[in-house]
Amino acid sequence: MHIMEGFLPPAHAIGWAAASLPFLAFGLRSVKRTLATHPEQRMLLGVAAAFAFLLSALKLPSVTGSCSHPTGIGLGALLFGPAAMVPVGFVVLLFQALLLAHGGITTLGANVFSMAVVGPFVAYGVFRAAAGAGASRSLAVFLAACLGDLATYVTTSIQLAWAFPDATGGFAASFIKFAGIFGLTQVPIAISEGLLTVLVVNAMARFNAHELRALPVMAMEKKA
Amino acid sequence: MKTRTALIWSAIVLLTVLPLWFAAAPPAEPGAEAPAMFGGADERAQQAIGTVAPHYEPWFEPLFEPASGEIASLLFALQAAIGAGVIGFWLGTSVTRERARREAAASESHAD
Repeated sequence: MHIMEGFLPPAHAIGWAAASLPFLAFGLRSVKRTLATHPEQRMLLGVAAAFAFLLSALKLPSVTGSCSHPTGIGLGALLFGPAAMVPVGFVVLLFQALLLAHGGITTLGANVFSMAVVGPFVAYGVFRAAAGAGASRSLAVFLAACLGDLATYVTTSIQLAWAFPDATGGFAASFIKFAGIFGLTQVPIAISEGLLTVLVVNAMARFNAHELRALPVMAMEKKA
Repeated sequence: MKTRTALIWSAIVLLTVLPLWFAAAPPAEPGAEAPAMFGGADERAQQAIGTVAPHYEPWFEPLFEPASGEIASLLFALQAAIGAGVIGFWLGTSVTRERARREAAASESHAD
């Protein structure tokens, strides 16, 4: 989902950066507040960040013959709320933009918006909806992480289609083109991410029940 | 629980490995050569931009580019290693703590 350096026109680059900035500020405050009220959760926050670091470094083969990577953002969004993952995603993307020439500084705002804003908020929303509808914890976690991951790649497709509408088919034709590249490739990878997130949440439920009691994902402990 | 965990692990491995045999070749953009098998989706998107907006010129270059594919994979491996290291530390600590807790509980009930 990394839009390459320089591949968004300046107006789009600035616009997405402006859109991401308030979320980043809000996210930093949210992390600070969490650590102030629950210092014992520092380790789990580290694990959530590490999960995003690890997964977004793994480029996996997909059925479309292209490689793409999971985002690892859903886990932290379920544990600490979606805002907490904005700074985490920002750090991951900054690392990749500066050291790996993967993504870029000019496209950082757009990439943060897709991976660190849309991803966690969709994951969190899906989790609440699934849990509210009576799904088991595992199913709700799976759907949240999987759809949050997919939503990131759909967002990237929208961003590119908006910046580069097709000469004849306009936004829609262009969106279908980019979604065909990003969205389809992502389907099996998003399923893998959903499954892996379920495993991690199960391990946390087993070993960190005490720290997790206050977190949203554990509010449905009994249904696990 | 154990069987289910094993099943989920195998599903993840299969989802990752099976595409290596069953993937379709990525379609070529008109006027460009076919993209390499299992190249990055990001590069394919970049090519697609080239066909949708052939006159678009990227207006900014990466400040620093890994000197080669090897250096890039080194940095990606470093990123993954940092993540995996933290997760491994947490898992190790948690398993040990859980065991200590269980042993403490067992010796307590023994003393009664």
